[in-house]
Parts: sequence; C-alpha cells; structure tokens
Amino acid sequence: MSVLAQCDSKETFVLNLGPQHPATHGVLRVKLTMDGEYIRQAEPVLGYIHRMHEKMGENRTWAQFMPNTGRLDYLSALSYNHGYVLAVERAAAIEVPERAEYIRVITVELNRISSHLVWFGAFILDLGGFTPLLYAFDDREIILDLLQAVTGSRLTYCYFRFGGVYNDIEPDFITGTLAFIKRLRARMPMYHNLVTKNIILVKRLKDIGFVPAEMCRKYGATGPVLRGAGVAYDVRRAEPYSVYPELDFDIPTHPEGDSMARYLVRMDEIEQSMRIIEQACTKLPNGPVMAEKAPKIIKPAKGDYYAAVEAARGSFGVRLVSDGTNTPYRLKLRSPSYSNLSLFGEASRGMLLPDALALMGSLDLVIPEIDR
Amino acid sequence: MISQELKNALAKLAVNEAVVPDFKDKGFHLDVAVAPDAVAPAAEVMNLAGFFLEAITGVDWLAEGQMEVVYDYNHSISPGRVVIRARVSRATPELPTISAIYPGALWHERETHDFFGIVFTGHPDLKPLLLPEDADFHPLRKDYTS
Repeated sequence: MSVLAQCDSKETFVLNLGPQHPATHGVLRVKLTMDGEYIRQAEPVLGYIHRMHEKMGENRTWAQFMPNTGRLDYLSALSYNHGYVLAVERAAAIEVPERAEYIRVITVELNRISSHLVWFGAFILDLGGFTPLLYAFDDREIILDLLQAVTGSRLTYCYFRFGGVYNDIEPDFITGTLAFIKRLRARMPMYHNLVTKNIILVKRLKDIGFVPAEMCRKYGATGPVLRGAGVAYDVRRAEPYSVYPELDFDIPTHPEGDSMARYLVRMDEIEQSMRIIEQACTKLPNGPVMAEKAPKIIKPAKGDYYAAVEAARGSFGVRLVSDGTNTPYRLKLRSPSYSNLSLFGEASRGMLLPDALALMGSLDLVIPEIDR
Repeated sequence: MISQELKNALAKLAVNEAVVPDFKDKGFHLDVAVAPDAVAPAAEVMNLAGFFLEAITGVDWLAEGQMEVVYDYNHSISPGRVVIRARVSRATPELPTISAIYPGALWHERETHDFFGIVFTGHPDLKPLLLPEDADFHPLRKDYTS
C-alpha cells in the first residue's frame, strides 16, 4: 500500500494478462489497471473453459457423472473422484471395504504428490527457472506410470466407484510405489539445496505477496494458502474420512503468509504424503475392493447431503440435493481454487507486476476447476 | 463444534426450528432456514463467530414456485458446518447481498445470478462471471431449454 502512496500518479493504463499467457497456466484473464509497474486494481475474468458440469450432473445418473469429476482439476483428479463418491456413498448409505479405503488413500496421496510436483516445476518456471520443471516431470512420470497401471488413465482418472474402486492393485504397484518414495526421498534434499535455498528464489518470495489468515477467512481460501497463513485447517483432520484417522501424519503450517510460506507448505506436504503412503502400504489389508451389497441403481433418499475432501489445492466440497430418483436434482461443486483466486484482487493491490505473478503462482491455480 | 451461543443467535433469525442432523448421514452440523431479508444479519452472526464462507448456491424448486439460496459456512479453527438457507419466490427472486460482510461472496453471488437469475440487491457488479458477458439465460433453472 505504501508503495502506491509514494508514486501517486494520475496516469494509469489497462494491461490484459491472458487469456493466453503462460503465467496463468490455462485460459485465465486478469484485467490489470496499472500505475507504471504497480498494480492499482486486478480483476480476474473467468469462464473461458466453463463447461457447466453442474448442469451435466442433472442430466445423467449418479454413476454417469463420475467421469466428469476427473475433468475438474486435471492435476489431482483422484481427490475429485473421492469427494464425489463420498457424497453419494453418504447419501445412499453405502459401506466401503477397508482394502478399498486404503487403495483410495494410497492413490489419492500419490496424485497429490504428482500435483505438487507439477506446481513446483511450473511455479519456478514462472519465476524464470527452467530446469526444476524437467526434474519434477521426471519424478512425476513415475507416478503417472504407476497410476496408469491401476486406473487405466494418466490424467483424467475415473477410478473410484460407489462402494469401492474399479480395479484391485497388483503387488507390483506396491513395490513400485515404495521404490518411488525411496527415490523421491533421495531427491528432495537436492530440490531444497538447489531451489528452496536459492537466493534468487528467496528474494522473489520472502516477505512478498501476503495473504493473511483473516483475508483467507473473508474469501474462503483453504488448503496450502490457508496453511501458509498459519492456520492448521485440513479436511483430512477436521472431518476425518476414509482411513486417514488410522494414519499418522502432520499438517504442515507456516505462519508468515507470504509466497515463501505457501511454497514451504507444499514442499512439506510432499513429505507428509510420502509418510501416509508408506503406512498405508504396510497396513493394506486383504479382502474385496468393492462392497458386495453396493446397489447397481442408486436412488438416495430425498434431502441434502454434503461431503468434503482435502484436494491438493484445498477443500473440495460436493453438495447434493436428491429427490429420490436416479439422477441428482442439484449437484454443486465447491472448488478450492475458485475461492483461492477470488482474493487475488485484494492481495495484489499495490504490488509490482512480477511479484503479483509470483503470488498467483503460489496460489497453485487450475483453471478448469475454477470455471467448472 | 457449534456453540450454544451461535445456535441461540441464529434461532432468533430462523423461520422455523433449526435442524441438527447427524453429521455422518448428512455432512453438516446445523441447518437453519431464514427469511430472505435475514441472510445478511445471519452472515453478520457467522462473521462475528469467526466462520468462513464455503460457497453460495441455488436450488430451483419449480413445482413449488420457489428458489432456494444456500449458504455453506465452516470454521477453520473449530470445524463445524452451518447451512443457512432462504427461499424466494420464482417470480421475483431477490434477496440482499452479503458481499459487504464476506467479500468472497462477490463471486459466489455472481455465479448464482448466472445460473439461476437470482438477483442479489446491493451487489456492486452483478455481471456474468462464468457465462458469456452477454448471457441472458439461466441454465440451472429447471424450465431452461437450450
């Protein structure tokens, strides 16, 4: 704010950032009112890839909507699978076998790591460092191969079913997963030495791009944005679902609220996800991966239902309204990046344009999930 | 956890008795129906209690000639989901904005206006958010045909 006061010129100009701009990672447009290099006002313009998933939900059966959930957030699609099946399982009172719950946790956490790895590479790319992206994609490739073997797809997963998962995992998958974790554990110190401790990165992120806890609350921001403001809110802990209560993991927080804090939270989360996967692989019980009594035709009782999961970007919620038929009456998708981006206008006011781009990168936006 | 104090404050605004569902079955802790002009006072109560706004959305009850606006609140330090809902007539779907209390509502209200044509009076800029800038249709209305 003080910077703006110092250069209070009357002359401003409008700068269009996007919708075709590499730093927005998708078709997001930001209309910037600039005072020289400083941002007076930033207005995100959305809807370039709006597909009306919620309307599609009302026009197909509960199960037919499953593939849509894989197309919201293309970097951590399994969390969105998970949120939707949890909501429908809650509505139709379907029990899930324990082995399926463990498989869900293992695959979701692998997906979270792959999502954070893409964010890591792309974020550093935004800041002008090209090399880390190649390393991160090298690691991520192994995750995609592992997930492809069980889910059949590499990106837009549709792996979960009401009452379990589509396919049991092979012993090779567990061996491969544990080998991958061993490899990533060995590579994390390299990432920290080369990137986290890099003076250029620190100068670009530290004490810049503040998103304090109160701003998060006013805009409903969750996930690493909120945890980077020192609030230890994580749906996995706040509303325990699946087998998370049986696994030991920490919720990393950094109180500073700057871009660096959000960076560090995600790097710490990779470590925690690795811990979760290791425990889940050890505890993985034998048994079926689909509930035997899972109904073929779902007709939940009339009423409202809500289920939330901790996706890679924050709290993803599904609000269902059922009228007792085989199609949803209303299906609302509460996506985390939507709320996380809505604070950008306020948070970026008075910032230098390159710093605001660092702030935007630290929010980890996925546009199809915002536009839905 | 939802404090008794908050329950009492919301009970004063409720049109009928608040529902306390089983969280395991429903996924929320408290469900309060209020009159349309009470959504802003209710938001004020939630704000003072330190809640954040998860989302705002609508439901079109065509058969009953009504539209419902649903506000989902949650707390990040002592988690507890509170649903506040208000019904307006389909002929004049209008209710006040809560964006002065929660700036996060600015987008949610624009989206709800896009999809349902519900007008949030007092909203500073109720132009389309996700639909095209010249959109004059509301696709989530149950009588919408393309």
